[in-house]
Amino acid sequence: MKNRSLVAISDYSKDDYLEIMELAAQFEKNPVQKILDGKVVATLFFEPSTRTRLSFESAVNRLGGKVLGFSDTSQTSVSKGETLKDTIKMVSCYADLIVMRHPLEGAARYASEISKVPIINAGDGANQHPTQCLLDLYSIKKTQGTLDNLKITMVGDLKYGRTVHSLLMAMSYFNPSFSFIAPEELRLPDEYKQFLKQRNIKFEEHTEMAPNINDADIIYMTRVQRERFADPLEYEKVKNVYVLRNSMLDNTKPNVKILHPLPRVNEISTDVDDNPKAYYFEQAQNAVYTRQAIICKTLQLL
Amino acid sequence: MENEKVLSVSAIENGTVIDHIPAQSLFKVISLLNLDKLADNQVTFGYNLKSKQLGMKAIIKVSEKFFEDIELDKIALVAPNAKLNIIKNYNVVEKRLVKVPEKVIGIAHCMNPKCITNHEKIPTKFTTSTTGGNIVLRCCYCDKCTDIEHAEIF
Ligand SMILES: [Zn+2]
Repeated sequence: MKNRSLVAISDYSKDDYLEIMELAAQFEKNPVQKILDGKVVATLFFEPSTRTRLSFESAVNRLGGKVLGFSDTSQTSVSKGETLKDTIKMVSCYADLIVMRHPLEGAARYASEISKVPIINAGDGANQHPTQCLLDLYSIKKTQGTLDNLKITMVGDLKYGRTVHSLLMAMSYFNPSFSFIAPEELRLPDEYKQFLKQRNIKFEEHTEMAPNINDADIIYMTRVQRERFADPLEYEKVKNVYVLRNSMLDNTKPNVKILHPLPRVNEISTDVDDNPKAYYFEQAQNAVYTRQAIICKTLQLL
Repeated sequence: MENEKVLSVSAIENGTVIDHIPAQSLFKVISLLNLDKLADNQVTFGYNLKSKQLGMKAIIKVSEKFFEDIELDKIALVAPNAKLNIIKNYNVVEKRLVKVPEKVIGIAHCMNPKCITNHEKIPTKFTTSTTGGNIVLRCCYCDKCTDIEHAEIF
């Protein structure tokens, strides 16, 4: 039997992505469906992430399922030194599905090997966060009407930003072209450029935002974090360079949408929020529909 | 037969000869093949033997022991040029080279300090690739690459 866990975005094929897009659209039209009646979903958050946990729990509730779990480990036996293995073994006796977030990389893959029930990875350290990627895809599909032949411009921390790497891999099935805008220290790693070259996918690299965002269909913004810089002076130099301001959108395409995996710090100026090209708050709303779709697919209930 | 060159270690009647091991990898090969845990087999080895190819090499002879290919291929990580001679009745009946296995399980460390395998008792698991002559291990858990010098083969 094929393990239906979703640990990495590469666990899904192009057909799987398209299936999720379709299911998410159905849930958007009709969000309350009692598909999970009698099912229990565990949400195990070994590190806190309120936004992700609430959107999963909202998804389960709208599907008529029950949620159990923890939102941080301070009140649990994990803080007494229980191993991940024992926690997963135990919880997989109580739940039909485990949604987990863990600070260590590879934790979700390991859990999927020892769990009796499927695992959905809601983030394992800096490694993978596939449901974020699928909701990004859904936001792109919804705003552009298609995933095919789009110009995706990614801005900010392209070196460590896991959402950037996942989105790049997932979009590679849809004949995109990319523009990567990042400070020298946070450029896209070579392995991803090799990946794009092997697939004959066009990309360009820039260090400045304007005017390089003008031909984009999607502007995907990420946080530039102080702790990523070995030299704090370098951070001070670039921290205000990768900030999107409303005036910079004047010459962008009418269909362009700005995405951001949130929370933002200062990389999108608040004067952008009311621009119809801003989409990051709606993007967060799409999280519930997308996660409803992923839960149902994982449990093979549709 | 290379018997003349390896006179320093006596011939065996039946078993396996592992030649062209870099001298510094001898003890790793012994432990990878669990030779230190064999009950009855006679194991002899030569250490710091002169070699044109390797500078100093080592050789191991294990009597009455024939390994699975998959077992022997593990040593490719520390002795990529190792040559194997299968001996039956004092004759070499088969020669082969080791090849880097596609998967490496439980014998290397992941160099990512935030990898789950460095925090829980989990046998590590890697897929291998070779870039520019160097073996690279990609962790099946955290997806990060570890080069062979940092893999701390055990
Ligand atoms: Zn690892």
